[in-house]
Amino acid sequence: MYPRSMADSDCIVIQGSNMAECHPVAFRWPMQAKLKGAKLIHVDPRFTRTSAMADIHAPIRPGSDVAFLGGLIHYVLASERWNTDPFFKEFVVHYTNAATIVGQDFKGTEDLDGVFSGLMQYTPSIKEWPLDGFVGQYDVKSWQYATSPPARPSAPPPAGPPFDPLVRSLLTPPPRRDESLQDSHSVFQIVKRHFSRYTPEMVERVTGCPRETFIQVAETILANSGRERTTSFAYAVAWTQHTNGPQMIGCCALLQLLLGNIGRPGAGVMALRGHASIQGSTDVPTLYHSIHGYMNHPSALKGHESLRDWLHAETTARGYWANTPKFMVSYLKSMYGAAATKDNDFGYDWHPKIIGDHSHLPMFVAMNEGRVKGMLCVGQNPATSLNASVERKGLARLQWLVVKDNWLTETATFWKNSPEVTSGQLRREDIQTEVFFFPSAQVAEYEGSFTNTQRMLQWHYKAADPPGDCRTDLWLTHQLARRLQAMYADSTLSRDRGFKSLTWDFDADDPRERERGEPDALKILKEINGYATDAPGRHLAGFGDLKDDGSTTCASWIYCGVFPAPDRNLAARKQPDPPNTPGAQLDWGWAWPANRRILYNRASADVRGKPWSERKKWVWWDGARWTGYDVPDFAPTKAPSSKATPGAIGLDALSGSDPFIMKPDGVGWLYVPSGLADGPLPVHYEPAESPVVNPLYRQQSSPVLKHWTLAGNQLAPVGDARFPYIITTYRLTEHYLSGAMSRWNPWLTELQPEPFLEISPELAAEKGIANTGWATISTPRGRVRAKALVTRRLRPFTIDGRTVHQVGLPFHWGYQGLITGDAANELTALVADPNVSIHEGKAFVCNVEKA
Amino acid sequence: MAEPMGFFTDTTVCIGCKACEVACKEWNQLPAANGGVRTLSGDSYDNTRQLDGIHWRHVKFIEQFSADRRQGRWLMMSDVCKHCVHAGCLEVCPTGAIVRTEFDTVDIQSDACNGCRDCIGACPFGVIDINPVSGTAQKCTLCYDRLKGGLEPACAKACPTQSINFGTIVDLKKLAQARLGTLQRAGETRASLYGADEHMLGGLNSFYLLVDRPEVYGLPTDPKIPSRNLKPSAIWSVFGSVALTLMAMVSFRNRGTRDV
Repeated sequence: MYPRSMADSDCIVIQGSNMAECHPVAFRWPMQAKLKGAKLIHVDPRFTRTSAMADIHAPIRPGSDVAFLGGLIHYVLASERWNTDPFFKEFVVHYTNAATIVGQDFKGTEDLDGVFSGLMQYTPSIKEWPLDGFVGQYDVKSWQYATSPPARPSAPPPAGPPFDPLVRSLLTPPPRRDESLQDSHSVFQIVKRHFSRYTPEMVERVTGCPRETFIQVAETILANSGRERTTSFAYAVAWTQHTNGPQMIGCCALLQLLLGNIGRPGAGVMALRGHASIQGSTDVPTLYHSIHGYMNHPSALKGHESLRDWLHAETTARGYWANTPKFMVSYLKSMYGAAATKDNDFGYDWHPKIIGDHSHLPMFVAMNEGRVKGMLCVGQNPATSLNASVERKGLARLQWLVVKDNWLTETATFWKNSPEVTSGQLRREDIQTEVFFFPSAQVAEYEGSFTNTQRMLQWHYKAADPPGDCRTDLWLTHQLARRLQAMYADSTLSRDRGFKSLTWDFDADDPRERERGEPDALKILKEINGYATDAPGRHLAGFGDLKDDGSTTCASWIYCGVFPAPDRNLAARKQPDPPNTPGAQLDWGWAWPANRRILYNRASADVRGKPWSERKKWVWWDGARWTGYDVPDFAPTKAPSSKATPGAIGLDALSGSDPFIMKPDGVGWLYVPSGLADGPLPVHYEPAESPVVNPLYRQQSSPVLKHWTLAGNQLAPVGDARFPYIITTYRLTEHYLSGAMSRWNPWLTELQPEPFLEISPELAAEKGIANTGWATISTPRGRVRAKALVTRRLRPFTIDGRTVHQVGLPFHWGYQGLITGDAANELTALVADPNVSIHEGKAFVCNVEKA
Repeated sequence: MAEPMGFFTDTTVCIGCKACEVACKEWNQLPAANGGVRTLSGDSYDNTRQLDGIHWRHVKFIEQFSADRRQGRWLMMSDVCKHCVHAGCLEVCPTGAIVRTEFDTVDIQSDACNGCRDCIGACPFGVIDINPVSGTAQKCTLCYDRLKGGLEPACAKACPTQSINFGTIVDLKKLAQARLGTLQRAGETRASLYGADEHMLGGLNSFYLLVDRPEVYGLPTDPKIPSRNLKPSAIWSVFGSVALTLMAMVSFRNRGTRDV
């Protein structure tokens, strides 16, 4: 969903987010809903500025979100309303995989006391990169759907282009279904069994949320879901920063699918992205494991030997991803231009391959081991990031470091005034890292696009020249590419052919910008959008135009259509809808894919294509085509009654009532048979560090989480008396992330001038800590000082019959800037979720003493 | 004169983001206290502490929690000059620096202010103080310069939740009454308007919707201005002059007696 759609919600649950403080501008939409009478619920360990606006604040212990959400699922499935209103059954049977039968070999957490079938010891698959950090791993074979007849191993994939025969070779028999939902191996029955122990009593025991508050939340959500009403959820990094973060998000999606709250106005799961263009950075992407448009990066570990192998491994025969060969070949054409031909697999061999987890945490582990020579650090401040002293040790082992930022960040000056250097632990002359600092231009000093949390691209213009020698990030990339190309120009090594063939034609036409060495942002947008290979002036109008034979060039299939003609940059549109008309503001900017605002919006109509209700109409079938307020997320003229074509690939393999067109079975997944490393269903696991023994299962924490064992990264054992308190770290409205941008602005620093620890009066009294008095906070990794802010907004929890205290520490400080202070990340650990390698900054343990 | 303009601040939707404080400082180019380097106040999230010559907007934070947390509220309120219809500061200003503008707002003209501080004591809300840069008394101008240019004040423009509403007093009162009705119908019996009618200093052109007693927000229940003392002090003056006259007469008589 997108923030504006929250104004159409009848109930909004914010969990895993402090939206009012961290997304105050987007928070205007929940507030508008509230002014129209919607209920606002905040589920959070602390009473924050978001809680202050909520009708209900449900306090939960940090890291217990799956227990709370699982409790809601249990409550909903047992409720009279859900079992008697036919809307829910219709939505769930037709629009989710509830009726699908799972294979007989599958065993769940009820059978195996907290783990799934297929758990095994982790063995690194490649000796050159033993840094993936897994403590265990799953063989996912037993999680698959049951098919009849069973799927046979396929023959070697046919060659192409055309690649349709290859896609067709991937067809397997469709999974078996039981629309009565009674089969004990149906997803529905598995889900019901899986959550059977998540009772309101158990929710109270695990989360510390009073039972009556939990029931009030559940009843409010139920009363505001259905044909006439919709409930939305919003989350941010307080769900992602856990060793089971994606499972928290998946648990919410599961609940929303059961309640029919997906693909409809005011419904869904709002992922609040943090940074101005963080959505754009994952789309384009800066992620190590994907190439443009969420295609998996070629990997040495996955049998991606040739283009054909990659397509065979990454394409699904049914659903829209059947078009993957068109996306991939057009992408390779964009990388290597004329050098990419059918005969050389469009240059696939030149494309780099990954050999494991190269995300932030393992890269810093690799630096600590001396495996990394240099680092380009742009728009990031690792010196005060996760387990900061380990990160700084990594920086100190580099040969060179480039920091490009607006100010001299802690990363740029780590060699001069980091805690290790000022305390004398490390001598400056012993640090060999050569540090280069590039001052950055600010956003109003260049043109380009932002992609916001709504997947919407908005163009911004240059208002002024940057001062002095400040340059854009584009300039750095552009100049690096050009200079490296010049260096490689004479190379005869075959491994350099890719670099030599790289398409790089982005020089600015404007003579002033050209003189400054700046590239032309519109030329880059054109490369991302795509064009006819033989007629570069002919831009592609949408991803429907893409071909798998090299005749189209397109870097990012999802962005295809943003720049459909040389004079039509749709990201630059700024035409709002007339006031008081229902609509999706389709002429404001451009949202991928295809300018759709609500994804899977076919689900806003019933099986016959009629809106579920007049009040919640959004997209519907008018007898000849799909129409409505938004761009329909469906084949435009495919009737609701049309059947799937047997033996067909792509969208033809789905019926007119299968709204989830990216999924091979066309439905939303309650149960996830593939794609997740840690289980097909969400499970409550304790954080990697917890003072509590898991009250739900024998398995304490995720059996497949990542923990890197290196000096300075020890974890406290369960219930360690030396570290009895839960600590959570977070942002304040007044500062931005590590403070690299905000601690240099006096108007902001005076608003929150000093690092502080939020602590309940109960714990403060126990520890003899006074309001504004200094406190020392320690973990097995580090120790920091902060002033105490004693407040009843924090509370002790009663967990499993005993009192558990929590404290909170904002993470905005460091040793550079107008105001300085200890960085909260001196305390955090390099532990991560197994799917996306995000650390656990929201729940770990510490000790607190009066300083 | 243009129609009276002002603020209606609905504290029930204030999220305490302080965007109003920053927008005000940016537009009016006000310096940060001590270059931005201060200490933690320890008073909830309020490190601004008060309205003064360089803080023309001040977001207050009031934590109200029972010991068991079953009852809990965190009230927030963006405080500002009230632009009183009967303004004490304007009455006492000896140089005429404080004027009522064509928008019915109260403005201090810095170039006519001699820094005598009379207005500081005369304001019942503690809004005014000396700006150390100019050496003159300063406070919210209701962005007089922006109003002249047809723009709304910077704080109202920046407010993401429409807590700070700007408009004609007539429209704002309608809006406030409607919001008050909605809240009361929803069971919020403590909701009330502060300064929305002429009983308080002839009306505050910046008035509030509160959900607790005014003093909880640090607002006086019954603010008074210096001129309220005019009548009693006039009587005392008359009485005093009569007494003086009598004393003088007695004194002259005595002197005469002695002379003789």
